[in-house]
Amino acid sequence: MRHLFLFLPLLIPLVTAVLGLLAWNKPRLQRMLGVCGTATLLASAAALLVTVLKEGIISAQAGNWPAPFGITLVADIFSALMVLAAGVMGLAVSIYSLADTDRHHESVGYYPLLQVLLLGVCGSFLTGDLFNLYVWFEVMLIASFVLLAMGGRREQMEGAIKYVALNLIASAFFLAGIGLLYGVVGTLNMADLAVRLRAVPHVGTVPVIAVLLFCAFSIKAAVFPFFFWLPASYHTAPVAVITIFSALLTKVGVYVLIRIFTLIFIQETSTGQPVILAATIFTMMAGALGATAQPELRRILTFCVVSQIGYMLMGLGIMTPLALAGSIFFMLHIIAAKSALFLSTGIVSRLTGTTELARLGGLYHKRPLLAALFLVPALSVAGIPPLSGFWGKLALIQAALGTGHYLTVTVALGVSILTLYYLVRAWSEIFWKKRQGTDNDEYHHVSPTHRRQMLVPTVLLASVSLLMGIAAEPVFRLSLLAARQLLDPGSYISAVLGVRP
Amino acid sequence: MQSLILSTAIRLLMPLFLLFSVFLLLRGHNEPGGGFVGGLVAAAAFALYSLAHGAEAGRRMLRVDPRLMVAFGLMTTLVSGMLPFFSGQPFLTSLWSTFPAPVIGHAGSPLLFDTGVYLVVAGMSLLIIFSLMED
Repeated sequence: MRHLFLFLPLLIPLVTAVLGLLAWNKPRLQRMLGVCGTATLLASAAALLVTVLKEGIISAQAGNWPAPFGITLVADIFSALMVLAAGVMGLAVSIYSLADTDRHHESVGYYPLLQVLLLGVCGSFLTGDLFNLYVWFEVMLIASFVLLAMGGRREQMEGAIKYVALNLIASAFFLAGIGLLYGVVGTLNMADLAVRLRAVPHVGTVPVIAVLLFCAFSIKAAVFPFFFWLPASYHTAPVAVITIFSALLTKVGVYVLIRIFTLIFIQETSTGQPVILAATIFTMMAGALGATAQPELRRILTFCVVSQIGYMLMGLGIMTPLALAGSIFFMLHIIAAKSALFLSTGIVSRLTGTTELARLGGLYHKRPLLAALFLVPALSVAGIPPLSGFWGKLALIQAALGTGHYLTVTVALGVSILTLYYLVRAWSEIFWKKRQGTDNDEYHHVSPTHRRQMLVPTVLLASVSLLMGIAAEPVFRLSLLAARQLLDPGSYISAVLGVRP
Repeated sequence: MQSLILSTAIRLLMPLFLLFSVFLLLRGHNEPGGGFVGGLVAAAAFALYSLAHGAEAGRRMLRVDPRLMVAFGLMTTLVSGMLPFFSGQPFLTSLWSTFPAPVIGHAGSPLLFDTGVYLVVAGMSLLIIFSLMED
């Protein structure tokens, strides 16, 4: 019954979404379903990771049609780790949403949509078929369109239109790439593609397809020069929604980039190394410079999301086990740390009613815990030891030094300093400086239940980041195992097709 | 605008439409048809009825909330996909009964899946049509 573990992360969100549909007019029941569903998802993701660690890469064929004809689901350590991250984020955001979501959003199906989003994300992580991946992307995008536009305020619609337009273009690229690939190779099963494409030198259409797919997923992952839609749209949505978007959606793009360029387009990865590294460098710089110039907290953080995507791509550009392990570790770290930052931003905005840095200040006296909750993930994102970001960056920079990519190292270190600068500046503006205008420190009242519901997930994610820093070794060993699996496509292929190529 | 011709005709056509949609659902097994198009035909019947008599009358004629139809349809497809778990086979594996059934030949879990699709498509289209008409 190993295949059950592969289907459960898809079935649980789907069943929860359907139950949410049945409980349409009962918001209390929907909230409970949201929390219970994501908790179960987390448990099933943990079970999947344990199974994969024990038995190696596992695969299942939906409908029992043998690969490459049926729809394949595959889990290696990398995808199992990402599903686990999706489970943690789903649970954290579901709990946070209990306090943060207004009645209107609940009445138009916020909780079931969140489950559909998680379904799409888990599906993208687990599928072993390119066309199936496209379908999961659409599931994810449709849910995200609605979540982003929910509420229908003017600036929200503006952000949503940019988001929808750019993502549809990316989907068109993706579909065009899939069509061409099917025309050339005659299969879309990823393992089968890997077998057929590794035998021949890639000339003619194949590199073009690789570039098309690289562009498509770069748009989804907000890589330079396709990142501009992200800061333009993310900051308009409610905090819980941006948190899960920034934690999972861009990471799905990075995940797919790493997956297809280590499995299918290996030859293009080595010839295209300068392009990937250039994209990395510019993504880091563009995000960091953008964030430095912003006067508003949520905009700073959305630019920061872009800047960190650069680090994740770095591993793909360098392509050594250490570099890929660094990327994977960094992805896990940034999902926890950045989300903790977003959630504590949400608490700040709930207390003060604003996220403009100029109008904030003096929060440290009244809310020292919140100040710590913002500072810990901020320092972690900047890469201060002993927090998790430090170890991720250390591995990446070590790998880059080892292979002689000195320019990348310089930029990565410079961007780290910039990150430290703008996050600490934001922190001191919010918590330290004297609040302008009002002489008394009056904040909006937040009921104790809501306070708990907002604090618990924030503390949870911040402590994940802290723990990943203090006990970095087991997590890093796991990332290294995942990286080794990625660099040995043979085991993936034999797990899917059942034969050693 | 009330059209006498439409409202008279739809009373006679509606049972035909619904019968035809079930026919399509059952026929879709081996030949063109299936749950999707069957569901659309069923939705078309109710949509025409609502055009003739108003969305409120259409909802009353349907009796169930279209949202519930979607939910139950999804549940049905999920159950049909999960049945093979009991015999240790992967999700969505087709199970066939060995007894020949009249009209459809052999009954199996794909028919259950198609019934779910029928409900989802009919429910979803009607959900959209009703909310557009009431706007």
